[in-house]
Amino acid sequence: MTPYSRASMTQPAAVTDLIHERLAPFPRDHFLSAGDLNAATVPPLLDLADAFVDFNRQSSKSLDLMRGRTVMNLFFENSTRTSASFEIAAKRLGADVTALSPRTSSVAKGETLIDTAATLNAMKPDVLVVRHSASGAAALLSQKVGCAVVNAGDGRHEHPTQALLDLLSLRRAFGDVGGLSVAICGDIAHSRVARSNVALLSMMGARVRLIGPPTLVPGDADRWGCEVFHDMREGLRGVDVVMMLRLQLERMEGALVPSTREYFRFWGLDREKLGWARPGAKVMHPGPMNRGVEIDSDVADDLSVSLIQDQVEMGVAARMAVLAALSARREGAGA
Amino acid sequence: MSSLAILNARLLDAASDYDGPGAVLIKDGRIVEVIHGAGAVAPAGAEVVDAGGLCLSPGLIDIRVKTGEPGAEPKETLKSASLSAAAGGVTTIVIQPDTDPAIDDPAMIEFIQRRGAALELVNVRAAGAATKGRDGVRMAEIGLMDEAGALYFTDVDAVIANTRTLQRLMSYAATFNALISCRPADPWLSEGAVATSGELATRLGLASAPAIAERIQLERDLALVEQTGARFLVDQISTEGALETLARARAKGLEVAASVSINHLCFNEIDIGDYRTFYRMDPPLRPERDRQALIEAVHDGLIDAITSAHAPAPAEDKRRPFAEATPGAVGLETLLPAALSLHHEDGLDLLDILRPLTHGPATLLGLDAGVLAKDAPADLILFDPGAPVVIDADALKSKSKNSPFDGRRLQGKVLLTVVGGRIVQDAR
Repeated sequence: MTPYSRASMTQPAAVTDLIHERLAPFPRDHFLSAGDLNAATVPPLLDLADAFVDFNRQSSKSLDLMRGRTVMNLFFENSTRTSASFEIAAKRLGADVTALSPRTSSVAKGETLIDTAATLNAMKPDVLVVRHSASGAAALLSQKVGCAVVNAGDGRHEHPTQALLDLLSLRRAFGDVGGLSVAICGDIAHSRVARSNVALLSMMGARVRLIGPPTLVPGDADRWGCEVFHDMREGLRGVDVVMMLRLQLERMEGALVPSTREYFRFWGLDREKLGWARPGAKVMHPGPMNRGVEIDSDVADDLSVSLIQDQVEMGVAARMAVLAALSARREGAGA
Repeated sequence: MSSLAILNARLLDAASDYDGPGAVLIKDGRIVEVIHGAGAVAPAGAEVVDAGGLCLSPGLIDIRVKTGEPGAEPKETLKSASLSAAAGGVTTIVIQPDTDPAIDDPAMIEFIQRRGAALELVNVRAAGAATKGRDGVRMAEIGLMDEAGALYFTDVDAVIANTRTLQRLMSYAATFNALISCRPADPWLSEGAVATSGELATRLGLASAPAIAERIQLERDLALVEQTGARFLVDQISTEGALETLARARAKGLEVAASVSINHLCFNEIDIGDYRTFYRMDPPLRPERDRQALIEAVHDGLIDAITSAHAPAPAEDKRRPFAEATPGAVGLETLLPAALSLHHEDGLDLLDILRPLTHGPATLLGLDAGVLAKDAPADLILFDPGAPVVIDADALKSKSKNSPFDGRRLQGKVLLTVVGGRIVQDAR
């Protein structure tokens, strides 16, 4: 039994009404970082996302909240799940979606990000969803275009919709995230998911721990207001949630960790290590997973502890909430 | 040739430690008399400038100026750099050899000097590359370039990673008493870094290098100086740790000079703010603690030269994501008001600021300029140290407008720039 079976109880028309009732303008023109939200603006956004979860479980999944609006997916970095998630979210809201994946190589050869932005801006999109390998790229774009910009990951800086969907998953699993103890484990240093999650979880009153080898945890991460551990047994003791991060396999080349098998031995999540957490603790992973590197399949696929599939489902709903709210703000502003 | 008399001035001469009223008489491009005290009278026939009590100092000597000539003329030419220098009160510029092709042979040194002289604006000199094509491997023709007029030898921002290469270079250069300059940055710790490691870089998700990358490399360089007896200039020192290393070497009697860029004296890492690429520098901006240590070092005389680190970059190279933006800033025209902020805001004495801008670099490079003394070249500036200015990057004479001071309110205006007895800039 899933913990949120109430979806099936709601009638289709009632869900749509609920969405309209909960839809409020996004607090900012763009969604670039977790810091664009605050403790007051997050809960209504999650409430809206909750309604979209119910909506998405119906057989007919078409709304007209963004009819006539154009959403451009601009992914300079390879992505399957995030770009698909945004595309589905926008389509279900009735928007027209164009997906572009300019290869970074051709951009490096001449056209700058600003040129690309100016070109696309001239086509008058309403929302630009952007992923780029450089930290700050989404913020830079937002200064140069007339549409709303959603950061779908900029370098190692932020990935705010991931943090929002993680928060949605946690709230649905635990009811309230205030006071939850969440351990984020692995390659913190290079992770935008970690940065956005630290910001958003702390904002909502969760206690965040960071666990990883010293080469993968920034030396000053304790100044983020997190507890830092290098030992999994110590770090996982009593936590409610274990959020694993993907270990990029190229990290092996930079002498950050010696091998995948050594990494798995000390920082990979298996049944034994999970046993150090609080009984009933949940496991998360932003995907895609390196099975046998940072997480054991035995744990990842155990639906009694793993929220990983839920995260993917919540991703569409959370992004629908963000897109709909940004669109509502533009309508409110007469755009 | 004509003569010029600048009367009723406040003379600021770091070489003689003189800060007081006086006048300077100029004939045939040289200073013929420096008169301390009031009441000097101009010789008959001389053009007279009444300074009205404003500051008269030797012209500034900027030992680290990049241009785009040859190879990247759209971003800066020797002419636009010279115009910019004249406007900023910089009377001698030392062109960096990281052009395309690199300034790595005597013909190139002559080319720069000849092109610069033809402009009849400021003194244009050049530094030669330490290795051919700045490849860090093959030694450049240091002796021939030295003869042709190269003032020092550097691979600019490229670090000579191979210790044996640098050791040979230093031993060889010592034969000619040539000055070698290196950027202290451990190439491995600094690889790909665009910021200084710390809370800010971590939060912004920027690749960073720890401050010790500078000290580690400097320790190596100074060990080689000690062994080879080379004359050495530490290029753009920027951290407190490296300053301590430098002070220790000085105390041991090593002949080591150091330069600091005006950017590292005026800004700290917080200025990066929300990925403001005009503050992307190389070395990256440091925490305030380091900036304070640098100001202290200027005060203590540990710094031989303050440079503008003039690095023109067109807007399209700056308007990029932070890590992809070209580092550096133009600085010739803002050098004086920026340096004067160390007086107005950080409490440094005017002479302590002007010394590393005039007499310090002149002594280091063996130039006879940089002083208010009889027979010295008449390279002078008249400036109002308190005049308020708002920096407008678009109004700069440099072809590139990448100024981090854009929109800033500073104090200090250059009224007159005199080079070789000729007025090349008059903003009175």
